[in-house]
Amino acid sequence: MGELRLMKGNEVIAEAAIRCGCDGYFGYPITPQSEVMETLMTLRPWETTGMVVLQAESEIASIHMVYGGAGAGKRVMTSSSSPGISLMAEGISYLAGSELPCVIVNVQRGGPGLGTIQPSQADYNQATKGGGHGDYSLLVLAPASVQEMHDFVILGFELAFKYRNPVMILADGVIGQMMEKVTLIEQRPRWTNEQIQALSGGWATTGKTADRKKHVITSLEMDALMMEKYNLRLQAKYLQMKQDEVRYEVIDCDDAEYILVAFGSAARICQKTVQIARAKGVKVGLIRPITLFPFPDKIIAHYASNVKCFISVEFNAGQMVYDIRLAVNGVTRVEYFGRMGGVVPTPDEVEDALNQYF
Amino acid sequence: MACVIEKINEIIAPENLVYAKSPLTNDDIMHYCPGCSHGVVQRLIAEVIEEMGIQEQSIGVTPVGCSVFAYKYIDIDWQEAAHGRAPAVATAIKRLMPEKMVFSYQGDGDLAAIGTAETLHAVNRGENIVMLFINNAIYGMTGGQMAPTTLVGQVTSTTPFGRNVDINGYPLKITDLIAQLPGAAYVTRQSVHTAAAVRRAKKAIRKAFEIQRLNCGTAFVEIVATCSSGWKLSPVESNKWMEENMFPHYPLGDLKDSKRADSGLYRIKSK
Ligand SMILES: Cc1ncc(C[n+]2csc(CCOP(=O)(O)OP(=O)(O)O)c2C)c(N)n1
Repeated sequence: MGELRLMKGNEVIAEAAIRCGCDGYFGYPITPQSEVMETLMTLRPWETTGMVVLQAESEIASIHMVYGGAGAGKRVMTSSSSPGISLMAEGISYLAGSELPCVIVNVQRGGPGLGTIQPSQADYNQATKGGGHGDYSLLVLAPASVQEMHDFVILGFELAFKYRNPVMILADGVIGQMMEKVTLIEQRPRWTNEQIQALSGGWATTGKTADRKKHVITSLEMDALMMEKYNLRLQAKYLQMKQDEVRYEVIDCDDAEYILVAFGSAARICQKTVQIARAKGVKVGLIRPITLFPFPDKIIAHYASNVKCFISVEFNAGQMVYDIRLAVNGVTRVEYFGRMGGVVPTPDEVEDALNQYF
Repeated sequence: MACVIEKINEIIAPENLVYAKSPLTNDDIMHYCPGCSHGVVQRLIAEVIEEMGIQEQSIGVTPVGCSVFAYKYIDIDWQEAAHGRAPAVATAIKRLMPEKMVFSYQGDGDLAAIGTAETLHAVNRGENIVMLFINNAIYGMTGGQMAPTTLVGQVTSTTPFGRNVDINGYPLKITDLIAQLPGAAYVTRQSVHTAAAVRRAKKAIRKAFEIQRLNCGTAFVEIVATCSSGWKLSPVESNKWMEENMFPHYPLGDLKDSKRADSGLYRIKSK
């Protein structure tokens, strides 16, 4: 059994990284996630596990440091918040294009521009539809608790190496800043050189030995037909993720006439709304996508013929609602309710919105 | 006739061959234009790695620019970085695998324009890497636009009437800036336009790699280079133009060698 503690979401990212044997963290300060690097610098894992922690000169440098480390077969990560993730877009595209595994945490704040340091989910489209250039997809995990901040660092590295693909943990300022109890895993050792050879020995730049060809990490291909082939391979990988990696939580949906769909901290609020409305006899349920890419469209489609309306509840102007509409494909009504710019709605506000669709 | 052939055979006899291709370079035909310096510098890197016996330790980071394909020619592991980001990529590789020999290889647009921040901060942290900087005063890859290092008055496709300081500012001597940083252990400026210059450049590259072994900061080697295609000159004219115009602004020689005069040793960074 692991250790039970009361911790902030951001601090837990740091703890989980060290405990799961992460090799390197590269970051740049930005509210509301600076505690990640601050915690790492206080815990000094380089003295215990040997993990490298480096404050870079920018998010651009951080993400390209992640590229270098990932290319060497190491388990590396970064974290930031919305404006910083925009700066990382170039590097994220290169990571996806070179098929490099890594974990990127976005503790979202309100935008656009410098925006606000208050919580937001306005980077949903950026995370799930690209953000950088080119046809690529990240695996996107949306934690709704401090425990999931912990668990998804570990799961994130597993998935990143399983698919040789960047994984994004799309959190928000609420999850990053709030304190909850969390069970931490026991310290695991970092991978040895032998383990790296066994897992990534076919591609990582660990130094060319006489028994193998040189390894080159690159996303460059001058021949259009070859580049298309390469793209097709990437697309096949994303399809595989869609088949095997969809994760979600379903609450009270079996008899539901109305289903709220929400991720992250919006789902926590909707959970309360479901309790309040159910107490008044309203048959309402909640679907919480845990993976935002791949999106849990099948489970949404499954309930579509039974419900009068899906309501997408988001801390943004309505981004996930389009993915729900695609999943529902016109079978029933799909509406959106949300607040923007750092405003977090209350459970009662969500209930009022729900009442409109009776 | 027979005696000429006899003479040739004697000249090319194995015992008379003084120049050979490094076994670390392959038989692919380099894509560089005639007269370009990139190929020469890459040959020198291959020779140094081979002579030091560090093929298994070496990891190179290529830039975006004409030399993006350097990874095709030298038989070591490589990572291809985004435009300007090679120093950040190299930083992480070296930090995570301190036992490796890590080097970045960048053009002037890559190192001194889009990647200025990554360059200065990697050196300022004293990363134990070798940074090779090929300064041809132009953007070769994209067809000859102005670079930060383009000389005043130099004609490029984006300065068709010559670089005008009122509009474009001054040619950036980034190597001089780098020499000011405490993280730099060795900073030198070389060229490869004559046999003697090639030998000196090779010595400098070798020294840079040896300094990396000492864990005492960044070793930075600038090569003032030609770009015949970009400059629209023949290879011979390019060498002449470089000597007459580039060398006065970018004088050759060591800018910094932090070897301590008293002990002959480099300062070893505290770990
Ligand atoms: C982000 C980005 N911006 C612009 C480019 C286009 N580009 C490719 S190479 C290059 C300049 C290369 O010049 P330099 O670094 O001097 O190297 P050279 O080709 O002269 O060796 C540019 C601007 C790019 N690939 N990526």
